[in-house]
Amino acid sequence: MAHSAERYEPKNPALKWFNDRLPLLSYSKAHFVDFPTPKNLNYWWTFGAILTLCLGIQIVTGVILAMHYTPQVDLAFDSVEHIKRDVNWGRIIQGVHSVGASAFFFAVYVHIFRGLYYGSYKAPREVLWMLGVIIFLLMMATAFMGYVLPWGQMSFWGATVITNIFSAIPLVGTPILEFLRGGFAVDNATLNRFFSLHYLLPFVIAAVVVLHVWALHIPGNSNPTGVEVKDGRDTVPFTPYATIKDLFGISVFMIPFAWFVFFAPDILGHPDNYILANPVATPEHIVPEWYLLPFYAMLRAIDFNFLFINSKLGGVIVMFGSILILFFVPWLDTSKVRSGAFRPMFKPFFWLFILNFLTLVYLGAQSPATRFGILSASDFAKLCTAYYFLYFLVILPVLGRLEVPRPLPASISESVLAKSH
Amino acid sequence: MIMSKTIFAALALAGVLLTSAGPAAAQENASVEPVLNGWSFGGLFGTYDQAQLQRGFQVFREVCSNCHGAHLLAFRNLAEEGGPGYSEAQVKALAATYTIADPSATGGERPGVAADHWPSPFETEQDARDANGGALPPDFSVIAKARGITKPFPFWLFNYFTAYQEGGPDYIHNLLINYRDQPPEGVTVPDGKFYNAFFPGHAISMPPPLSDGLVTYEDPNVPQTVDQYATDVAAFLMWVADPHLVARKELGFKVLIFLVLFSGLMYLTKRKLWSTVPH
Repeated sequence: MAHSAERYEPKNPALKWFNDRLPLLSYSKAHFVDFPTPKNLNYWWTFGAILTLCLGIQIVTGVILAMHYTPQVDLAFDSVEHIKRDVNWGRIIQGVHSVGASAFFFAVYVHIFRGLYYGSYKAPREVLWMLGVIIFLLMMATAFMGYVLPWGQMSFWGATVITNIFSAIPLVGTPILEFLRGGFAVDNATLNRFFSLHYLLPFVIAAVVVLHVWALHIPGNSNPTGVEVKDGRDTVPFTPYATIKDLFGISVFMIPFAWFVFFAPDILGHPDNYILANPVATPEHIVPEWYLLPFYAMLRAIDFNFLFINSKLGGVIVMFGSILILFFVPWLDTSKVRSGAFRPMFKPFFWLFILNFLTLVYLGAQSPATRFGILSASDFAKLCTAYYFLYFLVILPVLGRLEVPRPLPASISESVLAKSH
Repeated sequence: MIMSKTIFAALALAGVLLTSAGPAAAQENASVEPVLNGWSFGGLFGTYDQAQLQRGFQVFREVCSNCHGAHLLAFRNLAEEGGPGYSEAQVKALAATYTIADPSATGGERPGVAADHWPSPFETEQDARDANGGALPPDFSVIAKARGITKPFPFWLFNYFTAYQEGGPDYIHNLLINYRDQPPEGVTVPDGKFYNAFFPGHAISMPPPLSDGLVTYEDPNVPQTVDQYATDVAAFLMWVADPHLVARKELGFKVLIFLVLFSGLMYLTKRKLWSTVPH
């Protein structure tokens, strides 16, 4: 499909010579210009471009920050302050990088939920979806390690709590824990390896993004109707149509991004991270960054033993399971209809899933004993965790069999014409 | 657009569900309600009040700095743009009144220069603890960012839209004005601790540092009260923690204007381009 337009041959003899040996120009023309894009994509589809930008921003700002940062327990905290106080443009670069992590996760959640609503994971895009889940996992690891680098109280205690999770694994847990930390406790060795990996993983993410885009360019984009592209009338060339629309999406996205960078750079973090890491003073509440909170809430929700599984291991299984389950969504969803827009029964369950996810974000930041009427935060988190898994394990498989979907348009262009009347 | 309506509905529902639980959570730590100041450096066009920073610096220098360090604050910062606005000559003269430990100087000490950082009142952490009944007076370099005011559920959401970043100075101000000579009936304060109605747990190791008339301001029109000192020093500490706030906000405003205009142009470009394509 990517080759519907004619192969581009450069006129310039030097470029032609090069292109015959490495067809970079033909390839770029085919994939970034001619690539046929469904013409009915809505703005939720601009988040792919927004995410590419986010990754680029994080890498560029991160490389600059690494020039001024010192990964050593006695110097790390002050070196971040040095960047903000004394490095030219340092406060802006550091602000963009830390706010950028939040922006990146906001965008990835929109992107994932868009995929879940429009059934973008369905055949033939399963591998595309699974590569996306891998990117999401890598992002979480990268962000977690990045938050450790300023070596504040939340950095230190977050690192302690999260690495400690691995000790729940039977038999090999403790060796894994010590391997991750580089010792018996979170210390200089931990900070050094986290810095090294925090620098490495974004490039791994970039590589998986290449695969993700490759896997996208085999079947082409899905679209809000979920009806596959039939012929050229359904599509427009990627450039200029999608690129200009994406650029508009990006510039709108940059407005709240800039708002946080310039007016509230610290609002998404925790004040405790402005206190130097202190191994003998535990903060009252250890709270990860907001984008990890739903998973943290699910980890803590399992505070009971189940058969031979103790609560700690149970929490770890549930937390990792909540992400691993995403790999199986293409097969758990049995609906023949791809797009949620044509699935009347699916919609309320989907929006409840979103609400449930937002509630988990909120609960992740609450002390488990906080009371909500008759329920404690911990009880509430158990209910939300249950719905999270029910959605994938029961609702998606069963709905596909019960539901009578609305009639689908014959093609994208037909749906577009119907809309304009 | 149906989708955004649904999102708003979902958010509203979440709000209703969760607010009903707010007050119960807030009562756990029965502290006095914090007074929130209208800081000059809050909001989109926030800027430091030079006179206030100078007064706050005076309180810091005469009172706080006897026990608290601020090792990230350099004397030269006091003359930098967006700060208290001292002249370079004033800063040089001020720095020279301090003795700086310097192993490379004759006798291991020399008078301070503008490039020096604020000298710590104690040589080691142990010295600091010994002089303060075992408690360590925290460094003040970023203290205004290391403290905050927590608001109950729906209200902290508004902070994202008002860009409320003044929780630190509000905390400091409230802490300093809420010392009580006598704890309320039935409450005992351990030896060497003091009762503070705002401090979490109420027993604080720091004795009440301020009293009315303690610091003599040059400007006779400014009241010399604990509340005024507390406000001024909180503002000063915010500047110490965020010395480039003013420049950041000024640039931010230009960036926002640019982005809004650019988005508008991009929208028109997109609309023109797509006008011939039914979609």
